[in-house]
Amino acid sequence: MRLRTAACALGACVAALGFAAGAQAQKTLVVVPHSNLAILDPIWTTAYMSRNHGYMIYDTLFGTDEKNQIRPQMVESWTVSPDQRLWTFRLRKGLEFHDGTPVTGEDVIASLARWGKRDAMGVALMSFVERMDAPSPDTFRIFLREPNGFMLEALGKPSSNVPFIMPKRVAETDAFKQIEDYTGSGPYIFVKEEFKPGDKAVYVRNPKYVPRSEPPSGTAGGKRVYVDRVVWNLALRDAQAQVNALVKGEIDILEALAFDHYEAMTKEKGIKVIKPSLGLQYMCRFNHLHAPFDRAEVRRAALAAFSQEPFLRAQVGVKELYRTCPSMFTCGTPYASTAGTEIQAKSNMKIAQELLRKSGYDGSPVVILKPTDLHAIGKLADVAAQLMRQAGFKVDLQAMDWQTLVSRRAKKDPPAAGGWSMFCTAWVAPDIWSPINNAALDARGEKSGWFGWPDSTKLEALRAKFMRETDAAKKKKLAEEIQAAAFEVATHAPLGEYVQPVATRANVTGLITTGLANVYWNVNKE
Amino acid sequence: MIAYLARRLLATIPVLAVVAVLVFLLLRLTPGDPAAILAGEAASPQQIERIRAHLGLDRPIPVQFAIWAGRLLQGDLGESFYYKQSVASLIAHRLEPTLALATLTIVLAVAVAVPLGVLAAWRSGGAFDRALMAFSVLGFSVPVFVLAYALIWLLSLRLGWLPVQGYRRLAEGLGPFLQHLALPALTLAVIYVALIARVTRASVLEALGEDYIRTARAKGLGELRVVVRHALANAAVPIVTVIGIGIALLIGGVVVTESVYAIPGLGRLTVDAVLARDFPTIQGVILFFSFAYVLVNLVVDIAYVLLDPRIRY
Repeated sequence: MRLRTAACALGACVAALGFAAGAQAQKTLVVVPHSNLAILDPIWTTAYMSRNHGYMIYDTLFGTDEKNQIRPQMVESWTVSPDQRLWTFRLRKGLEFHDGTPVTGEDVIASLARWGKRDAMGVALMSFVERMDAPSPDTFRIFLREPNGFMLEALGKPSSNVPFIMPKRVAETDAFKQIEDYTGSGPYIFVKEEFKPGDKAVYVRNPKYVPRSEPPSGTAGGKRVYVDRVVWNLALRDAQAQVNALVKGEIDILEALAFDHYEAMTKEKGIKVIKPSLGLQYMCRFNHLHAPFDRAEVRRAALAAFSQEPFLRAQVGVKELYRTCPSMFTCGTPYASTAGTEIQAKSNMKIAQELLRKSGYDGSPVVILKPTDLHAIGKLADVAAQLMRQAGFKVDLQAMDWQTLVSRRAKKDPPAAGGWSMFCTAWVAPDIWSPINNAALDARGEKSGWFGWPDSTKLEALRAKFMRETDAAKKKKLAEEIQAAAFEVATHAPLGEYVQPVATRANVTGLITTGLANVYWNVNKE
Repeated sequence: MIAYLARRLLATIPVLAVVAVLVFLLLRLTPGDPAAILAGEAASPQQIERIRAHLGLDRPIPVQFAIWAGRLLQGDLGESFYYKQSVASLIAHRLEPTLALATLTIVLAVAVAVPLGVLAAWRSGGAFDRALMAFSVLGFSVPVFVLAYALIWLLSLRLGWLPVQGYRRLAEGLGPFLQHLALPALTLAVIYVALIARVTRASVLEALGEDYIRTARAKGLGELRVVVRHALANAAVPIVTVIGIGIALLIGGVVVTESVYAIPGLGRLTVDAVLARDFPTIQGVILFFSFAYVLVNLVVDIAYVLLDPRIRY
């Protein structure tokens, strides 16, 4: 009894210490992001954390709503000339940078020019652009050499690299040099003085921000801010510690709830678990430059072996968080289809063994790169190795940390000389839902914008046609043809989709969880 | 003594020079490309190549070393590839949490372990001695992260006394500072209590068997004075040695604790830098750790002189 009394007294004392310092006049939202924030230039890198940082402080010309439709954001209205070569955009009133200067067409042009040098879709768009100008402060024009069918898709793309609008003086920074001025016109202001890499990033409400009148939806609609400060806790990265902190109420939002904790958290009082509508796609990428995957027949044999369910079951484990999806474009988005998917959708080991036997596979080892430190994708390589062995491949599974893997996959050397044959990864839905921005479909051989370097003139011709097509129905048809061609070439193997659950305290309301990006407007603490 | 100190301080220069060369070369031999990491998942090989050139990583290794060493001689540890901040400022920001955790841990450990060790030696072979030795084995054996989770579950989640994670700077108030450090320090202290208590017990036990102890008792001195004034004082050198080693290990070895308790200290900085192949930061942190090791050893050596008049340099 005495011990209990003493314990209670000690507890009260310790708690009192906390209360003394815990009083907060401001409404602060504490978020544990999915990763560390290091690079503050969302155009310089494609890192998702930098993208999310961008959404806090910058605004976009267009947004993508929860139905994946492009909606105006900074743009009030726009017109297209009859020959579809001149696009004129008018900015809405009241747009202002954090330093009080108005957002003008000149800022937009400089921002688009910089983005167009880094982003794959931006580069594609700029290949059509003849020139851009700003005839008045609230207007900008884009003159095209020939019409294209993805102007709004590009300007409203929700994921890396997002065409964020920066002041002209900032956007004129060399696209291959990081910016150092973080002035935006978005709903939050970045507090540079409080940014401690690996510790915390702090954002305060932008009192001058004028949201659109529409309700928020995806990255579109009114960006209303109901909290004074958002603090990203960058130090809390242990999965168990994150959950403990959420349960204890020390944090409000956990962006990436570990799958292992999903079921427990759904039963935990005071916690809400949210499943975004869009998720990520797992994929394994073949190296098309070297044997054995320099031959389409061998790649297709691997495709036939890669039934999606084993990958998803091993990696995610929670049935309600994953689904098989045969399409190379995210299922549930406009270009998803089943065209050409038979080889994988109806796969079984006998077909794979038969295809491999007929392919003339010479028995050269398949070097699979396995990341040991990324729990979100770490098991994919193991499953792939096992399935390939069953199909008759000789497999050399090489374990390494992710950073070694990303360096290794850039090498074009043969697998036996320090190169590679295959690695597996995951892509967020908006980065792969279109034939233009799906990097795995870039089939320009060694000039391809992503590792693996497939070479297919047919695929490239179809993609070029898709870029120029302006009719939605024809685009859909072309996307099907592109997918069928990609399966024929076996550019890569889609392994199914999963959603990354978000966990919040029960008093957190209004969080937008579409899976497009992690954004923190409209969110409130009741 | 002053000449000895000067000699020891001068000796740190070649030590740090060797460390600098070794770390630089080892990092360049380690697989992993900082440019690929910085560029992000969707970056093209061409973009990565441009970033590599921008960081100067396309230059020959001797040239890279010459540039880095030149800056180092001017006291400049360079700029982090990853964070675009000076390495010195990153270390300065992370030093307080690590030093605070290490200091509190070692104070806690010494305050608990030395009396326990002395008591165990004084009552050698008894129930308390056996219990302490059993605890020592347990303290060594339980992994830090297991103990951390167990303490979090009990003291934070069940009893609600202490926060689960985080760090508050001393400038934010003594209360929050101690409140956030209590659990991590307790977690880390267990292993050091086990280590120091064991060494204290052994040293004091050996001292208690010496002739001067028998003489002291024969003179009629009280048992407390005999044990503390004579036995413990003469057993102090090995105890101080182990405390010194403990401090040195703590500065560099708090990685797991900092991860579990989300403390933004030097341990986490090192891990992040290694994972990101942030060469300047890794080089800077390792040089700093080396300097800290040398310094702690020097302090321990000086402590020998103060504790044992027979020792002279």
